[in-house]
Amino acid sequence: MDKIRNLADLRKMKEGMQSRMSLRENSNSPDAIIQIKVGMATSGIASGAKETMSYLITELDKRQIKALVMQVGDMGYSYAEPTVEVTIPGKDPVVFGDVKIPRAQEIIEKYIIGGELIEGILPANYRSI
Amino acid sequence: MAVKMHILVCGGTGCSASASHEIVAELNKELVAHDLTDFAKVVVTGCFGFCERGPIVKIIPDNTFYTRVKPSDAKEIIEEHIIKGRKVQRLLYVAPDTNQSVPDSKHMEFYKKQLRIALRNCGFIDPENIEESIARDGYAALAKCLTEMTPEQVIAEIKKSGLRGRGGAGFPTGLKWEIASKSRPGEQKYVVCNADEGDPGAFMDRSLLEGDPHSILEAMAICGYCIGASKGLIYIRAEYPLAIHRLQVAIQQAEEYGLLGKDIFGTGFDFEIELRYGAGAFVCGEETALIHSMEGKRGEPTFKPPFPAQSGYLGKPTNVNNVETYANIPVIINKGADWFASIGTEKSKGTKVFALAGKINNVGLIEVPMGITLREIIYEIGGGIKGGKKFKAVQTGGPSGGCLTEKHLDTPIDYDSLVAAGSMMGSGGMIVMDEDDCMVAIAKFYLGFTVDESCGKCTPCRVGNRRLLEILTKITDGKGTMEDLEQLKNLSAVIKDTALCGLGQTSPNPVLSTISNFWDEYVEHVVDKKCRAGQCKALKKYVIDPAKCKGCTACARACPVSAISGTVKNPHVINQLDCIKCGTCIEKCKFGAISIQ
Amino acid sequence: MDTIKLTIDNREVEVPRGTTILKAAEQMGIRIPTLCHFELDGLALENRPGGCRVCVVEVVGRRNLAPACITECMPDMVVKTNSFRALNARRTVLELMLSDHPNDCLQCPKSGKCELQALAADMGIREIPFKGQQSQYAKEFSPSIVRDANKCIMCRRCESVCHEYQSVGAIGAVERGFPAVVSTAFGKNLTDTNCVLCGQCVAVCPTGALAEVDNTGKILRDIANPDVKTCVQVAPAVRVALGEEFGMPPGSIVTGKIAAALKAIGFDYVFDTDWSADLTIMEEGTEVIGRLKAYLAGDKDVKIPIMTSCCPAWVNFYEKFYPELRDYPSTAKSPQGMFGATVKTYFADKIGIPRKNLICVSVMPCVAKKYECEREELGVNGDPDVNYSITTRELARLIKICNIDFNSLPDAEFDSPLGASTGAAVIFGVTGGVMEAALRTAVEVLTGETLPRIDFEEVRGLDGVREATIPVPGVADLKVAVVYGLKNARTIMEQIKAGECPYHFVEVMACPGGCIDGAGQPYHHGDASIVKARHAAIYEADRNMPIRKSHENPEIQAIYKEFYGKPCSEKSHHLLHTIYFDKKIKFDID
Repeated sequence: MDKIRNLADLRKMKEGMQSRMSLRENSNSPDAIIQIKVGMATSGIASGAKETMSYLITELDKRQIKALVMQVGDMGYSYAEPTVEVTIPGKDPVVFGDVKIPRAQEIIEKYIIGGELIEGILPANYRSI
Repeated sequence: MAVKMHILVCGGTGCSASASHEIVAELNKELVAHDLTDFAKVVVTGCFGFCERGPIVKIIPDNTFYTRVKPSDAKEIIEEHIIKGRKVQRLLYVAPDTNQSVPDSKHMEFYKKQLRIALRNCGFIDPENIEESIARDGYAALAKCLTEMTPEQVIAEIKKSGLRGRGGAGFPTGLKWEIASKSRPGEQKYVVCNADEGDPGAFMDRSLLEGDPHSILEAMAICGYCIGASKGLIYIRAEYPLAIHRLQVAIQQAEEYGLLGKDIFGTGFDFEIELRYGAGAFVCGEETALIHSMEGKRGEPTFKPPFPAQSGYLGKPTNVNNVETYANIPVIINKGADWFASIGTEKSKGTKVFALAGKINNVGLIEVPMGITLREIIYEIGGGIKGGKKFKAVQTGGPSGGCLTEKHLDTPIDYDSLVAAGSMMGSGGMIVMDEDDCMVAIAKFYLGFTVDESCGKCTPCRVGNRRLLEILTKITDGKGTMEDLEQLKNLSAVIKDTALCGLGQTSPNPVLSTISNFWDEYVEHVVDKKCRAGQCKALKKYVIDPAKCKGCTACARACPVSAISGTVKNPHVINQLDCIKCGTCIEKCKFGAISIQ
Repeated sequence: MDTIKLTIDNREVEVPRGTTILKAAEQMGIRIPTLCHFELDGLALENRPGGCRVCVVEVVGRRNLAPACITECMPDMVVKTNSFRALNARRTVLELMLSDHPNDCLQCPKSGKCELQALAADMGIREIPFKGQQSQYAKEFSPSIVRDANKCIMCRRCESVCHEYQSVGAIGAVERGFPAVVSTAFGKNLTDTNCVLCGQCVAVCPTGALAEVDNTGKILRDIANPDVKTCVQVAPAVRVALGEEFGMPPGSIVTGKIAAALKAIGFDYVFDTDWSADLTIMEEGTEVIGRLKAYLAGDKDVKIPIMTSCCPAWVNFYEKFYPELRDYPSTAKSPQGMFGATVKTYFADKIGIPRKNLICVSVMPCVAKKYECEREELGVNGDPDVNYSITTRELARLIKICNIDFNSLPDAEFDSPLGASTGAAVIFGVTGGVMEAALRTAVEVLTGETLPRIDFEEVRGLDGVREATIPVPGVADLKVAVVYGLKNARTIMEQIKAGECPYHFVEVMACPGGCIDGAGQPYHHGDASIVKARHAAIYEADRNMPIRKSHENPEIQAIYKEFYGKPCSEKSHHLLHTIYFDKKIKFDID
């Protein structure tokens, strides 16, 4: 380990750690950032939810978008797995169905960054506590 | 694939005692078994504060808060929660008011009202990993001070923040630093961290050191920069092995990273920190006693002046602050004095960590903004009195503090309001009592502690407190007189007036505050020979109701001291002189004829 | 000087900054009682723990009461020393102290001299309202000192002298809370610790917690025994202090009355330790000259500085702390020891009785001398040269027990042949005295010329460390040092260890000011003027002596002619010199 010799070193180390700590940082103030819940029940996993989640995390990280991606249980939309719920701060949650990698990309580019609604929105049929 | 989930496991002393390290091992084993090591990782953190329900396991990112986790639960947590995303319902915290499980710790009443400044990193980072600390702005305040601010500016900032010493008396920290900085400039000076936490039931400092040692090291270095000291000493009791270990690791890491040692941040500022172990004497929390103990002398206070800032460790100017005080420093520097001063009351700024204990549902470590009421702490954060009993009193300030009652429940808590109410902030012990607690016995308990912990140097504390305890014992033994109560008052006042150090001067506080708030109970003990809480054994009277007694002789046969007489089928009588109040007769009576008066 | 004004008991007073309330009040004639506070002005002995809390006073505006002994006066301070609050607190504190103190004043060795007793009397204590647990510690006996920890009031005076003044550290506060008491490490017996038995703890103890071993009973029995003869010797410092016990002003010289009193008590022979002090000078002086000559001639093996060896606590000190340097002190026995060795050989033969039938008693200003008597090497086959020693205080008791009106006694002379002495001998009683006495003889011997002046003012005084250069024409400039207090002695020992000691000859005494404030002297209760009066009296006694150099003492010249031959002869080596042992204390902690 090189010594931290000056302020720049400290900042560099802090930034280097940021991605590793962001998971916890973000969960500390979940309502202030984008929350993405991936339905990760058996049917979701069978339909590729793991790949979707992995893609979302990597992609958001790459684009330096602060978001909290977490897995949740079955959302009840077995006909449209994998399902992903996206909550942008200040807005109501929106649930997308059939989110394989291409749609995940679309969600990031159009809904999260662009703010426009895209295809595949499912009617909300529950409220989480 | 990057790690998607963090499994935080509490590695504080409380949870460690409940085998949290085994949970860690099991969790890791399961992660390996399911080939999930690059998906989720286990992080051992400091205390979450909710010790009542430990060991605690918290899953990030969804803030799932598992309580009373056993090593055998690891498999289920991994297979259900991590793999399938299904929370393990039976391990979730159940709110006592709604009887609903609360999956997300953000929604727990226990945390809702808390504001964690000093405890910001506790239960959040791995205390043995300096990089996690750095990611949370660790050493950024030190860097800012060394590169952008003069010592005078730092002191001005601390003064402006309104931070007061968290060890008990609440002396303004900035002022203390200023005095030390101006004292004998150019000489070797010392920065001392007082980690000799000794109040019964208090574990604020221990948790801070276990959960976030780097913040303390950083703050000590800042203090060293301000007062012109290149050496820091942490006086910690040897009974805190985990905190000592974490500090040792932290000091070593900080030295490796160049954040302690020579020429920190290339500014030419040197600062090193050593540990000094105490043998666990309460009085060594008093700063002059602490310094004597560090010097290898008998741990007893000396008269002030001279204050440590004038002549402290080895006769050199020394600044002594408590752990929690230091924990606030980096945040104040990073976020600014104005931000800090916006929290709390007019004369008490920021937050205070309390160790909540006693007859309360949520025993644990909490941090609340100054100005919060006792009612909020006890009924909201603390979840109310255990078993739905009636609140009677709360003891703050440990053995030096006093008992507050119902009428103080809505008083905003700060240094001055507590003193005005006859107690004190102290280091942050808060023990809740219900209707089953006898206030005379409580006073006796605290006094017993002071009697054991007195250094024995001055007469009022050495002999006076022993005599006070003897008078209290006489009262709880049912032998007290009204003259004893008068003597209790006079003696308490004299001890308060004449004892040498803070420990002695405050030692009669539990007596004085219970006398002023629960005078009736004292009189009852003395005049009516009655203890309404039923705690004072000598005042209990077991009696047989002749109307209910069938004369079965079961009680008489069971009585270990043959104190019950009577003939078959005739009502029995308990001879009060022989009775040892063991309660066996009550258990044996099938007719409910025996009661306690 | 920077002064401040304040008000005490409605009167204004101006004092230098840094003055305590106690001192300021004293200056106004207000006597605030104290117990733990102790200061021997100008003798580097003090104890200011602020622990007893008897001296509390009210300072207007202050939250609690202030201990007058350590609270410094502040400008415009308003102090009330006798407000009800202060008086009530003071009385309560005293009552608390008494509630854990044995009520056995009648049998107490300090009765009548006890500061606690006096304070209780002054405060009019008639009953103690507090009943409860009392400390129960076992009494401990050593050859010199009796410890009764039940009477300890934790004033810590003894601890201060033992640690700060003597650098011995044998006793200190142990335990905490109510059982806190001054004791030895691990509760060991004093003799198993670093204790050098100097007894200064006894000298400063305000109560009966520390006292000397009492030998007065033994004396009365021995005097009454028809099978033995008794002889007694009296140390120099006793004659300037004993009068205090009989109401005389400090510094009264009562040599003649002592001789008369001892005869009245019934001793068969009443001799003087001053005689053997002169003998000591002959032996030690000769040794000094011998070593010095060898050293100056370039002998690298000879140990310089040579150090005095008459103080028994100092001997204990180097045996326990610096056994590796025990070749430095002179091998000469102390005057008490030389007297005993001579009386049990020469004198027993002279009067024709076996040595075991001659009981030799010494009256000393010292408690360590009691231990010196018990040293095996200072006796023959278990028969000690000096059977036992009593202190000045014990002699006063003995005089009272024997119905003697000391004040009206006519002066008497010491018996011959061990009674005549010189001014050089009497100054053994003060710090610097042995040095001056040795110089009076050694310089004359070295130069072969009569001294132009007898008084060596440069080694006198009451500073803890004094150094001087004494020119000895034709020989060398003699560098000497005189120290009292074992802490100062330790400094010199460390210098020797480091090879940096600049002196040729060093005198060491353990007690403040030398034997005049020995632990066996009448209690001074911290009044330094008493010690200073004794100091002056010793030099007055010296001036009054017709002969003031040891080698001119006719009885000394006689004993060499008759018995020893010459100083440092084979016979004197056998009888008047001794050896030292390695007595380093090793603590086994298991």
